[in-house]
Amino acid sequence: MSQTDFSRKAGYFLLTDYAKAFMLGMRYFFAPKATLNYPHEKGPLSPRFRGEHALRRYPNGEERCIACKLCEAVCPAQAITIDAEPRDDGSRRTTRYDIDMTKCIYCGFCQEACPVDAIVEGPNFEFSTETREELYYDKDKLLDNGARWEAEIARNLEMDAPYR
Amino acid sequence: MAEFFTQTGLGMGLLLVGQVLLLVVPLLLALAFLMYADRKIWAAVMMRRGPNVVGVFGLLQSFADFLKYIVKEVVVPAGADRAVFFLAPMISFVMAMIAWAVIPFNDGWVLADINVAILYVFAISSLEVYGVIMGGWASNSKYPFLGSLRSAAQMISYEVSIGLIIIGVIISTGSMNFGAIVEAQEGAGGILHWYFLPHFPMLILFFVSALAETNRPPFDLPEAESELVAGYQVEYSSTPFLLFMIGELVAVVLMCALVSLLFLGGWLSPVAFLPDGFFWMFIKMLFVFFMFSMVKAITPRYRYDQLMRLGWKVFLPFSLFWVVFVAFAAKFEWFWGIYARWPM
Repeated sequence: MSQTDFSRKAGYFLLTDYAKAFMLGMRYFFAPKATLNYPHEKGPLSPRFRGEHALRRYPNGEERCIACKLCEAVCPAQAITIDAEPRDDGSRRTTRYDIDMTKCIYCGFCQEACPVDAIVEGPNFEFSTETREELYYDKDKLLDNGARWEAEIARNLEMDAPYR
Repeated sequence: MAEFFTQTGLGMGLLLVGQVLLLVVPLLLALAFLMYADRKIWAAVMMRRGPNVVGVFGLLQSFADFLKYIVKEVVVPAGADRAVFFLAPMISFVMAMIAWAVIPFNDGWVLADINVAILYVFAISSLEVYGVIMGGWASNSKYPFLGSLRSAAQMISYEVSIGLIIIGVIISTGSMNFGAIVEAQEGAGGILHWYFLPHFPMLILFFVSALAETNRPPFDLPEAESELVAGYQVEYSSTPFLLFMIGELVAVVLMCALVSLLFLGGWLSPVAFLPDGFFWMFIKMLFVFFMFSMVKAITPRYRYDQLMRLGWKVFLPFSLFWVVFVAFAAKFEWFWGIYARWPM
C-alpha cells in the first residue's frame, strides 16, 4: 500500500492547478503578441535567405551568366534548363535560361555552383501566382528580378562573403 | 391604443412578438460579438492577435463568417436521413433560444414570469441533447455517431449534478422563479448576500458542470477534433452548421446567465450605494463568459473515463451531500440563517 499524499489530494479538490494555470494564462494574456501583423509587418531575414531566383548583371550592364551549365548540372530537382550559343561578338551566352519554380526546392546549390555569381536566390519570398504557368520563369523574368533586387542581393552577398 | 394591446387577441399576439424580437435580436447581435470576444481571448492567451482584419479591430469578423456560412453549399451525405438531418440543427437552435423565455435581465424584464422557471430551463436544456443525437445519427457516418453518443452520455451525466446543485439554491430560496431567487440574494451587505458565499463549492461545481453540459473545453469530447474530427458536426456545412454553432453558443451564454442569476445576484448591485439594474446582469454575464473562454484556453481535454468519473464519482456525491447539508442548515437556521431566505 502506498501512502496517500494528502497535500496532492487537497490541491486536486481546491483546483490549485487550475488557479495556477489561470494566473499563467493571464500573464500571457497581457504579454506582447508573438504574431506579426504579416502584410504590414515582416520578420527579419538572414542574408543567406534563399528566396526567389534572380539573374544578375555586371555594373556595366553585361549579363554575368556565361552558360557553363554548372547550375543545370547540380540542380537536384532538375528545374533548370539552359540552351547556349556564341553571341555575335564571339562570347558564350545563354539563349534560354528557364527555371521551373514549381520543381525548385530552394536548396541554393545553383548559387553555390555558379562561378560568376550570376544566378542567386534573392530575399523575395512573396511571388505567389494565380496560375501554374506564371511560375515557369524564363530568362527575361530572371534578369528582370535581378534588376529589381540587385541592391538587396549585392548587400546580402557582401554580408555573407566572410563566411564563404 | 393600450386597450388594443391588452384586450384583443391580435394586439396581444403582436405585443408578444415584439417582446420576443426585443429579446432575440439583441441576443443574437450580442452573440456575434461574444463569438469574436471568445476568439480574441483565446488568441490573447496564446499570444496571437486573433481576428483583426474585418472592420475596426476585426469587430465585424462574426458577420463576415455569418455571410460565408449562409452562402455556402448545403452538402447532404448520400446515406443521410434527410428529414432528421435537417431537423437536428433546428432543434439544437430552437431549444437553445426558447430557454431564454424565462431568463430575467432586470426586475420584471422577463418574457414569461413562471413559477417553475428553473425546471423549465433544465427541461429545455435536456431536450437540446436530441439535436446532437439526431445530427449524429442522421449523418449516417462513423465519427458523428460516436460523437453524438459521447455527447448524449456526457450531457445526461452532468444534468444530474446540475439538478442537484440547483436544488440547494431552491431550498435556500423557497422558490423556483428566477426573480424570487435574485430577490432572496438582496440585502444591505450587497455582494456579501449573494449565494456564491454560502453556496461557494456549488458555484464551482455548477460552472464545471455547465462546461460539460455545453460541450465546452475541457469537456469537448463530442467534437474532439484529434479523435473524432468534429464529432456530430462532421457532415454539416453551411447554414445547418451555423445553426449548430449558434445553438451551442446560445447555450453557453444561457449558462452564463444562470450562473449570474443563481449565484452572483443577477441584476443586484455589489455595493449598496450603486443602483441595481440590467447593467450589473450584463457585467456578470460577461465576467462568467470570460471565465468560460479562459478555461477553454488553459485546460487540456479530459479523457472520456475521467469525465465520467468526475461526473458520477465526485460531482454527484458532493452535490448530493450539499443538498442534505443545505436542507439541514436551512431548517435549523445554522450560520445565522444564511441558508434560509424564505419570504417570511
